[in-house]
Amino acid sequence: MMNRAHSDHSPRISLLGTTGLLFEAPGELDIRNQRRIWWLARQVEGWPCIREAVPSMANLMLIFQSPPRNLATVREDLLTTWNLGGELTLDGRIVELPVVYGGEHGPHIADVIAHTGLTIEEIVKIHTEPLYTVYALGSHPGYCYLGGMDPRIATPRRKVPVLSLPGGAVSIGGVQTGVSASTGPSGWNTIGHTDMAFFDPHRDPPALLAPGDLIRFRAERIIK
Amino acid sequence: MIEILSATALATVQDLGREGYLRYGVGTSGAMDRVALAAGNILLGNPENAAAIEIPVFPFHLKFRDDIAFALTGADATAQLDGMPIPPWWTAQAKKDQVLCLNAPNHGARCYLALAGGIDVPVVLGSRSTQLRGEFGGHCGRPLQQGDVLGAIRSTARSDAFTGSPLVDFGVQPPEVALPLGEADSSVDRSRTFVRVLPAAEYDCYEESSLASFWEQDWKITSQSDRYGYRLAGTAMVPKQALEQRSHGIVPGVIQVPPSGQPIIQLRDAQPSGGYPKIGTVIEADLWRLGQARPGTRLRFVQTTYEDAVSALDTIQDYLSKIRSLAELYLLSKR
Repeated sequence: MMNRAHSDHSPRISLLGTTGLLFEAPGELDIRNQRRIWWLARQVEGWPCIREAVPSMANLMLIFQSPPRNLATVREDLLTTWNLGGELTLDGRIVELPVVYGGEHGPHIADVIAHTGLTIEEIVKIHTEPLYTVYALGSHPGYCYLGGMDPRIATPRRKVPVLSLPGGAVSIGGVQTGVSASTGPSGWNTIGHTDMAFFDPHRDPPALLAPGDLIRFRAERIIK
Repeated sequence: MIEILSATALATVQDLGREGYLRYGVGTSGAMDRVALAAGNILLGNPENAAAIEIPVFPFHLKFRDDIAFALTGADATAQLDGMPIPPWWTAQAKKDQVLCLNAPNHGARCYLALAGGIDVPVVLGSRSTQLRGEFGGHCGRPLQQGDVLGAIRSTARSDAFTGSPLVDFGVQPPEVALPLGEADSSVDRSRTFVRVLPAAEYDCYEESSLASFWEQDWKITSQSDRYGYRLAGTAMVPKQALEQRSHGIVPGVIQVPPSGQPIIQLRDAQPSGGYPKIGTVIEADLWRLGQARPGTRLRFVQTTYEDAVSALDTIQDYLSKIRSLAELYLLSKR
């Protein structure tokens, strides 16, 4: 596998048509790099040509207010700002999510057991141990990308995606874990379910969680 | 007010889209053909961003419950109001209890029905567009169903100074005529749509032969194509090495290449982040052309530059300004 973000030492800036830019940080997908991305987002979101700065996993998407005529200047300013090396530590809340593991709402736990060779109790113990950091929101309203899963329970994405995964599904995709916020398709392995509501468009902010928040999964029940 | 008579799927309330909530995972939604939506609103004297109904499946029937002016833009759905033909890209007055029938267009994919004042649904997170995945916005956060009744915001614009009656019965030149693109005149050959593309981050990661065929071949728009995205079929794209991307933000128009090598163009209901490699982005100024390209027809990608892609946006604004001037001239002539 060639992972370009790892192989280069300088950031990569690429065009998303005339709608925006994608800034990709060099280096590891870790909390320090993510704090630099959060800091960069905070700096550039005030620039007149930027409508929205959207952090994701060690990268930042910038949406233009209107496409700047002089793109080179924006690129230079972006690199200069990144090279200042600022980090933003977000004081997140700790949110505990009660999860029912296995059973009807954890249909792919058997695949995780088969892939890892662990028992369901071991998988749940490993999954509930860390304090996961919300790195970014994306994918669908209220969905969080989490950092910090123990690689011992990493399980490849499914060959055939599930067409309709319910909201609240706790799942593992590769080395990542997450909770879906509404019903939709997914290629991840669903191991459990939580009843927490993650998004309400009539609330401000509309999402329950924000980058920097910390999540702990608590095993409410294990169904074998 | 209007009442939907058809047991139809997939018609939705849309405006120009929802901006500024990507960081919460909320995609933009909005009309697939934003030029048609804006033009319909201009014909009626509405704000360009007023909500209208996007209709992708025909026939589509609705009944007017009040007298109201409306405009039809986008695909020519050979519309009839109580049997009387209404030209495309046209504004007309409906009387209470009249029925509007929109029929399957000969070409083009989506028809837009705008009402004087704009469709009256609540603004949610800055937009009236339907967010299908989040089940909010538009009409109850879902596609329209038979029996749904929709109102219009009271219109303050465009009535005859003396009689107070709305100014209707005029039209404009559709953009496929005003803004042609491609080697063939698109008004003659409707089976192939040309769209301009800017290379994206992973463009250089593909084999030379793949890149050549990316620009030279006709890509078929498969039946698995909708507001979320268009899945294309053609000679598969081959990367020089297997590619793995971290999840990152994407925008409507991004052309992703999943492991199958068959590209997917992400569109207005696409999720705002993804992980597949991106070979290019269909420029914003040509997204309306995609919105009118039908499954089963062919697409041709034309390489462009950032500067030309920005000028193309100006060209669209010029076109809309022309329509606005025309509507104002018409208004003056009636005074």
